[in-house]
Amino acid sequence: MLSIKNLHVSVEDTEILKGVNLEVKPGEIHAIMGPNGSGKSTFANVLAGREEYEVTDGEVTYLGQDLLDMAPEERAREGVFLAFQYPVEIPGVSTSHFMKTALNAIREHRGEEQLDAMQFLKLAREKMQLIEMDEKFLHRSVNDGFSGGEKKRNEIFQMAVLEPKLAILDETDSGLDIDALRIVANGVNKLRSSDNAFIVVTHYQRLLNYIVPDYVHVLVDGRIVESGDKNLALRLEEQGYDWVKDNDAVTA
Amino acid sequence: MDSEKKDIREWYQTAFADFENTLNGGASLPFHAVRKKAIARFAELGFPSTRNEDWKYTNVAPLLKHQFQPVTEAPDIAAESLAPFLFKGLDADRLVFVNGVYSEALSSVSNLPDGIILDTLENAFTTHAETVTQALGKTVSYEDETFSALNTAFARTGVFLSVPAGVVLERPLYILHVSKTDGREFLAAPRNLFLFGDNSQARLVEGHYNLDGGTSFKNSVTEISVGAGALVEHIRIQDESKEAFHFATTQVEQATGSNYTSVAIDLGGTLVRNNLNVHLAEERCEAHLIGFYFGSGRQLIDNHTMIDHAVPNCESNELYKGILDDRAHGVFNGKVMVRPDAQKTNAFQQNQAILLSDDAHIDSKPQLEIFADDVKCSHGATVGELDDESLFYLRARGIGEQEAHAMLRLAFARDIFNYIKIDAVRERLEELVVERFNNKA
Repeated sequence: MLSIKNLHVSVEDTEILKGVNLEVKPGEIHAIMGPNGSGKSTFANVLAGREEYEVTDGEVTYLGQDLLDMAPEERAREGVFLAFQYPVEIPGVSTSHFMKTALNAIREHRGEEQLDAMQFLKLAREKMQLIEMDEKFLHRSVNDGFSGGEKKRNEIFQMAVLEPKLAILDETDSGLDIDALRIVANGVNKLRSSDNAFIVVTHYQRLLNYIVPDYVHVLVDGRIVESGDKNLALRLEEQGYDWVKDNDAVTA
Repeated sequence: MDSEKKDIREWYQTAFADFENTLNGGASLPFHAVRKKAIARFAELGFPSTRNEDWKYTNVAPLLKHQFQPVTEAPDIAAESLAPFLFKGLDADRLVFVNGVYSEALSSVSNLPDGIILDTLENAFTTHAETVTQALGKTVSYEDETFSALNTAFARTGVFLSVPAGVVLERPLYILHVSKTDGREFLAAPRNLFLFGDNSQARLVEGHYNLDGGTSFKNSVTEISVGAGALVEHIRIQDESKEAFHFATTQVEQATGSNYTSVAIDLGGTLVRNNLNVHLAEERCEAHLIGFYFGSGRQLIDNHTMIDHAVPNCESNELYKGILDDRAHGVFNGKVMVRPDAQKTNAFQQNQAILLSDDAHIDSKPQLEIFADDVKCSHGATVGELDDESLFYLRARGIGEQEAHAMLRLAFARDIFNYIKIDAVRERLEELVVERFNNKA
């Protein structure tokens, strides 16, 4: 589904990713872990098409297409979804209008019929229940005045509505209390299928107690220095990141 | 330049002589003497230059390159062609003016409550001579200012509305101005007089639209008197052609405990100048001056407002927002006068602009003159761009770049539109604004 080869990315002339390789197949969950400043968020954002990031080398193939050549909205329409680390507040745009517009843009791209207001509302209500959000949020401006946890749940709600093929969760666990963490993880687990894949970017192991990854990769200083199964995440939780950093020093 | 100004001044004087001949019986009415004084005063005043503080940012030179002809007759237009300017499902009384000339055929007025007078000014000069003679020009003098003088000189008709004390106008009154130039550059000088009795209530919707993209010069003056305890909402939508010159002066006089809201939306015009002056003459008045404008190409949209707190315990609230693209130029001049007696005044002013291009610009001049000491006054002005983070967020969900832009612009204007309480008007206006965002030409 997703094939990343030797990806180099710079932000304002500073190289952040220094040759990342990753293969993701349908049905898989990959966790990308790493210390602060390792390039995790850059990795997540560059896949979604954020323009400030300059790809200086490497290639990313998604469903046989050159992902890096696609505008952010084209990626979304092809099924890429980024759950933002810092969801944006947009006063004056209601959540329901936002999601209806987005879903219909995606449906149009897929050659599906547009949903009218009633059809959309029915769908949105079902998805709201999935992540235990009150439907009043539909009528409020996007993330405007939401708490940190509400914003993260809203990201998962949007994911549930748009049903992406490849979802990238950027630090979705940060700012969540235990209940919200469980709700968000349940939401993700309910959306799992053999057709879609998840990349879970996180600093901590806690979310991975609920969303069990097939693979765990450790990103340090812009490179994946260690890959393994879920036990790798547990080891990072116990021992911190220093041993992989040392490991990096040895192999480098 | 100066000789051009002089020539064009003479042009309007000559045009006035021709105009007089078209008035027939109208030239024998008392108001015609006022017209004559006004054209004489206009000749003395001439057109303002940018050395005049009130015109510092707005150069009227492009107006002076045209020889606009006063309208005597309007072209016939089909009723169907008004469809885009009507509001779906809105039960309103409608007065339609084509090129400034009243069209009875296109208008539709139902049975109004007893005592209400709604007529053209032209008719009212004879049918309600005394009231009109007393009130007209009471608050806007041709003596002081060029465009008011020019309006007075060429004023032939407009709307006369008098609502007696205690009467509530259930249906909004829609005053629809459409223009169709057929290649003739015309001058229209609508003159409106609205008298709202004590404790009356009314909603006015003014629309200014164009059918053929031609050049015209509309120079209107509206005098509004809001009686004690009266409640008036006044919505103004200006979507003239991109070649149109649109000048509008609105003067509002408020009596004790009255409440006046103006929502002014400007989308069209090559050179637009709105003067909105509110005189809070008695205590416990409330005035809301709300505005939105969107300019593209080389449009110039200038909003001059003046709120005069003459007495204690009044409140004014002003919010203007604009979006400017291409080489468009916005001007906001918001004067708030708090006179020495006007203690316990609350006056708030905000103006915000978003510039979509490096060549667009806004001149913003808040002007608070406060001579009382126990007051709450504030003003704020911001200029910014569309937020890139918000744009990326929308696009990352599959929304196309152009649509995302339109959504964010509309979101910026949302709190302005929320002041429009008539759903059908607000909804149509939002559609219209989105159309303009998506197809700015």
